[in-house]
Amino acid sequence: VPGKKLDDQTLEDLEELLITADIGVKATTELIAGLSKQAAGITDPDHLKEAIKEMILPYLEDDRPTDEATRPLATPHVIMVIGVNGVGKTTTIGKLAARHRANGKKVMLVAADTFRAAAIEQLSIWADRTGADILKHRENSDPAAVAYDGVEAARARGVDVVIVDTAGRLHTKVNLMEELKKIKRSMSKTMPDAPHEVLLVLDATTGQNAISQTELFTKAADVTGIVLTKLDGTAKGGIAINLRHSFGIPIQYIGVGEQVEDLQPFDPRAFLDAMF
Amino acid sequence: MFENLSDKLNSVFKKLKGQGTLTEKNIDDGLKEVRFALLEADVHYRIVKQFIADIRERAVGADVLESLTPGQQVIKIVYEELTRLMGETRQDLNLTGQAPVSVMLVGLQGSGKTTTAAKLAVYLKKQGRKPFLVPADVYRPAAIDQLKKLGSQVQVPVFASDPGMNPVDICRQARVAAQQQGCNTLLLDTAGRLHIDEALMEELVGIKQAVSPSDILLVADAMTGQDAVNIAQSFNERLDIGGVILSKMDGDARGGAALSIKAVTGRPIKFVGVGEKTNALEAFHPDRMASSILGM
Ligand SMILES: Nc1nc2c(ncn2[C@@H]2O[C@H](COP(=O)(O)OP(=O)(O)OP(=O)(O)O)[C@@H](O)[C@H]2O)c(=O)[nH]1
Ligand SMILES: Nc1nc2c(ncn2[C@@H]2O[C@H](COP(=O)(O)OP(=O)(O)OP(=O)(O)O)[C@@H](O)[C@H]2O)c(=O)[nH]1
Ligand SMILES: [K+]
Ligand SMILES: [Mg+2]
Ligand SMILES: [Mg+2]
Repeated sequence: VPGKKLDDQTLEDLEELLITADIGVKATTELIAGLSKQAAGITDPDHLKEAIKEMILPYLEDDRPTDEATRPLATPHVIMVIGVNGVGKTTTIGKLAARHRANGKKVMLVAADTFRAAAIEQLSIWADRTGADILKHRENSDPAAVAYDGVEAARARGVDVVIVDTAGRLHTKVNLMEELKKIKRSMSKTMPDAPHEVLLVLDATTGQNAISQTELFTKAADVTGIVLTKLDGTAKGGIAINLRHSFGIPIQYIGVGEQVEDLQPFDPRAFLDAMF
Repeated sequence: MFENLSDKLNSVFKKLKGQGTLTEKNIDDGLKEVRFALLEADVHYRIVKQFIADIRERAVGADVLESLTPGQQVIKIVYEELTRLMGETRQDLNLTGQAPVSVMLVGLQGSGKTTTAAKLAVYLKKQGRKPFLVPADVYRPAAIDQLKKLGSQVQVPVFASDPGMNPVDICRQARVAAQQQGCNTLLLDTAGRLHIDEALMEELVGIKQAVSPSDILLVADAMTGQDAVNIAQSFNERLDIGGVILSKMDGDARGGAALSIKAVTGRPIKFVGVGEKTNALEAFHPDRMASSILGM
């Protein structure tokens, strides 16, 4: 019936769908308010889902190129990878290295997580698997010095892409966030525009805390892109919508498994189709 | 302590000062704020719904205590209910059974199992027990190295697993090795896995059957969102877990997942992880958790 309002049950089902996807209660309320105006008359739940997707899509679309094969890269192109503990930084670095290697690039991994037990060994295995070089110091050495040496060595050895692993840290720990700034600064001492990219890794299983993570990591290290990992589970990763909307940082890749091939460029349409 | 939510509630109830009982109308206005707070804290949608309905029933018609504003009164009820739901009494590890006993750690990738194994080793040592760390993660690169390093940091022996071994065999052989080395408590560090990964979930069942652990603990990240219910339910259905450890509570996560997990499994939260260091493990306090979830 044209002009008919959405009934309460339909709205409630929709609300449940959005909130359980981790979109957040505020954004959900806004989306539903927008929909009630726009979609009056739609009663079929599938049509409603489509209407919601159309509303969200503009938030997620991005015109920045993510394809490593075609985008211009500095030489060496330095990528710093950051995030809270256990989200998948080191694994993502392995996968990313593989993508650049597949484009014929010479890749170096830099083991600037000198803190977590066996973090260096873990990154070394990824370097072996992907045919990347690795620069590492001893455990517990200064991560800023490792990062500096990494960029320096990469320039000397004609490396195309440098990917710097950092220790997981909670965004609320002031001293650790200061350390992150120092690591970042140290790279620009040897190459003024490095790092060229700062990737924030977020776990798709995370709820509303991802907002605080993004806010504080962005403040400390000027995040240029987000990687959303662990989308191969049942979590929908709805926080991405809020993040894209609130911070304007593009979601660049998604992680869909633990293997080297399990990293894909973010596709907003496919992401939303998987969500509802 | 109670600023955030209580400020909001007090403004909702401002008009009511001096009225003797909480009415349905003003309760509903207040509960909207509570609902918002719980959802923001990542408590699962359906659990919030049930919780709000229960609170409403308790609050409507309740006499406002003279010492409290209506806002404080609602907070008090919510807080009490939340604490009760989370389990009032503290529950320790279950270490009953024929020595050597095993405690098995399970959970999603990156939730904090390996670190928690080392933390529990420290905890058990303090209680005079002789822990034995068992790396049963043969998949993640350098997972065995990680536990070996942690073991040497905390001076607890570590079983010499090899990535070529089968995790069930590792756990079985580790029992024998523990006994030989005079250790009485095995801590089994399993690989992270998705709750929907049939083959790997079956592997956990295999370990459980092989060594009959006295306790099986789900290690869950405090930052987990709405999916916490699916995760907890799946692990519990397959393994009948004995409890939960909530890791990474040292940040600003409100930890609503704790309530979701407790609600769907009925299993107690036994410890919380509050840092990366091996001593950063604390007993779980339901009242503190309630304050955290409410954002207070
Ligand atoms: N299912 C799944 N697991 C993943 C994905 N990405 C990483 N993992 C797993 O998540 C766990 C943690 O990954 P790491 O790469 O070590 O995470 P990290 O952020 O480097 O961790 P810290 O350095 O300790 O902070 C490992 O078991 C990985 O195999 C993904 O996209 N899907
Ligand atoms: N801040 C903080 N970090 C923690 C806590 N517990 C674990 N971590 C960190 O979280 C990350 C992942 O911890 P692990 O113990 O490797 O997690 P896991 O579950 O064994 O990971 P997988 O074996 O890959 O599934 C590491 O960086 C740990 O230092 C905690 O309570 N607080
Ligand atoms: K997931
Ligand atoms: Mg790492
Ligand atoms: Mg582990």
